[in-house]
Amino acid sequence: MSTTNWNGRWFHLRKVLERGGPLAHPDFQASNETLDFLLENCKVLVVGAGGLGCELLKNLALMGFRQIHVIDMDTIDVSNLNRQFLFRHSDVGKPKAKVAANFINERIPLANVTPYYAKIQDYDQDFYAGFHVVVCGLDSIIARRWINGMLISLLTYEDGELDPSSVIPLVDGGTEGFKGNVRVILPGMNACIECTLDLFPPQINFPLCTIAHTPRLPEHCIEYARLLQWPKENPFGEEIPIDGDDPNHISWIYEKALQRANEYGILGVTYRLAQGVVKHIIPAVASTNAVVAAACALEVFKLASSCAPKLDNYMVFNDTDGIYTYTYAAERNESCVACSQIPKDLVFDENVRLSEVMEHLSTTYQMKSPGVTTTDQQGRNRTLYLPNVSSIEERTRPNLKKTLKELGLKDGAQLIVADVTSPNSIEFHLKLHASMDT
Amino acid sequence: MIKLFSLKQQKKDEIPGRAGNQKKASAAQLRITKDINELNLPKTCQMEFPDQDDLLNFKLIISPDEGFYRGGKFSFSFKVGPGYPHEPPKVKCETQVYHPNIDLEGNVCLNILREDWKPVLTINSIIYGLQYLFLEPNPEDPLNKEAAEVLQTNRRLFETNVQKSMRGGYIGSVYFERCLK
Ligand SMILES: [Zn+2]
Repeated sequence: MSTTNWNGRWFHLRKVLERGGPLAHPDFQASNETLDFLLENCKVLVVGAGGLGCELLKNLALMGFRQIHVIDMDTIDVSNLNRQFLFRHSDVGKPKAKVAANFINERIPLANVTPYYAKIQDYDQDFYAGFHVVVCGLDSIIARRWINGMLISLLTYEDGELDPSSVIPLVDGGTEGFKGNVRVILPGMNACIECTLDLFPPQINFPLCTIAHTPRLPEHCIEYARLLQWPKENPFGEEIPIDGDDPNHISWIYEKALQRANEYGILGVTYRLAQGVVKHIIPAVASTNAVVAAACALEVFKLASSCAPKLDNYMVFNDTDGIYTYTYAAERNESCVACSQIPKDLVFDENVRLSEVMEHLSTTYQMKSPGVTTTDQQGRNRTLYLPNVSSIEERTRPNLKKTLKELGLKDGAQLIVADVTSPNSIEFHLKLHASMDT
Repeated sequence: MIKLFSLKQQKKDEIPGRAGNQKKASAAQLRITKDINELNLPKTCQMEFPDQDDLLNFKLIISPDEGFYRGGKFSFSFKVGPGYPHEPPKVKCETQVYHPNIDLEGNVCLNILREDWKPVLTINSIIYGLQYLFLEPNPEDPLNKEAAEVLQTNRRLFETNVQKSMRGGYIGSVYFERCLK
């Protein structure tokens, strides 16, 4: 395999990057530096190396991106092989991120994909701040919300004005069977994941009474085994939760569900369906992944090169029956829990008591009965004072008399303040200074 | 005209030192803090937090002051997951109760806990929903089918059974622990 550029490798990219045109962004300036930037400097993080991730890695690497990093905590399952084309049968059981990176690096000259076989939560702000663009191919809303929150936490403000150089664009692709969507999020500038949480299809939850007494669908029988029989019988020991990746667990669910289906004359309970219901799997379709990943890669290219206006900002795609796409500008939620507020600074002497901070919140911010929590170094919540729940109030009341130093609060700590006067918890950054009188 | 958003100006290799790596609260945590601080409990309800720093796991005690279950005391455990409020919390009844919508394992049939959950709903909405279950048990959506049938066919007998179960005793072959206040 060649390790150099062959003649004309970037011919098509140069056409787009080195001359203007009617479709170019009005502010775009054609130059040959843009290609260098894409090839040498632009750092892209691909989150997820599954169905969308394989497509994204292939697309981005062939497009010329070199500084590609990919993070995924999963290992390869035999059922992935039909669409996750960077994996082979001999790779089953190995980490997706590593195998995918290897494949791309060996196959595409000069590609330089760095894999992370890890959870996204294992990395901190310093890691995420190092990327120009983040592109997600995930099937988990929790993971999306986490990345969204992380990128929003990197925003910096000067005199209340967002510093655009702190904005790391997030391109998010999602698919469910024959449906997909692509969105471009500029954190702090347009609608974020949390602004539009309602757009995610809710998990299908059947009424418990239907599951218990009037099952009609094979899914009802599987849910009966999962929700009612498992916790009652604890087949693998007390308090052992169902592991959707453990074939013994799925077999148990499958057999119980089948028994129940037979009692009610319901057809269609299979091992695969049982696994699908337990893991909330909607069968993935390779073609949908390909379309959505292609659109995502194109958006990454447009963002990185500024050669064309970006998608504004949410595209839905559906190829259930013909092909349908529709793009619209999802609106920001004025009271979004993640992006609607600029974290405010609270400046105090470290010997100030918590009660004085509460006093300040009531007078300066006109809060009624604020509750205050903070987040420790492990990311866990710590309740400093909550006035409205008597059992917590009693236990946190002694904190009011303590100084911020005695409470162990450090400069830069995050304070979360909840109060009826605001639709969301408000974030403050504590700026502590040492006392003058030592 | 929207100014071109350019990534090229950002030099990712020379990030100015950021002020430590302060961990941030998750969106679920921000939201539950708000929910908890704004609880507006009916006087029949009480909350218990085994750990004041853990706002994601707690108990609700309902002591109905009217209806079939007056004088009883019922405990529910709440587990709020990282998917909150996209996903509802998991709620179980920890007191054995003779009730059409609560089975003997503590599963609760309340629409907003499953099929009708929406992110705009709060912990408070669930508390009111649970309280309502004790005022108006609903035989149409049974989890305990026997109790539902009795409620539908013989309200007097249902009332007697509820009283008996709350004092501690057998209804049919099932023994109920005493749960009077
Ligand atoms: Zn938002």
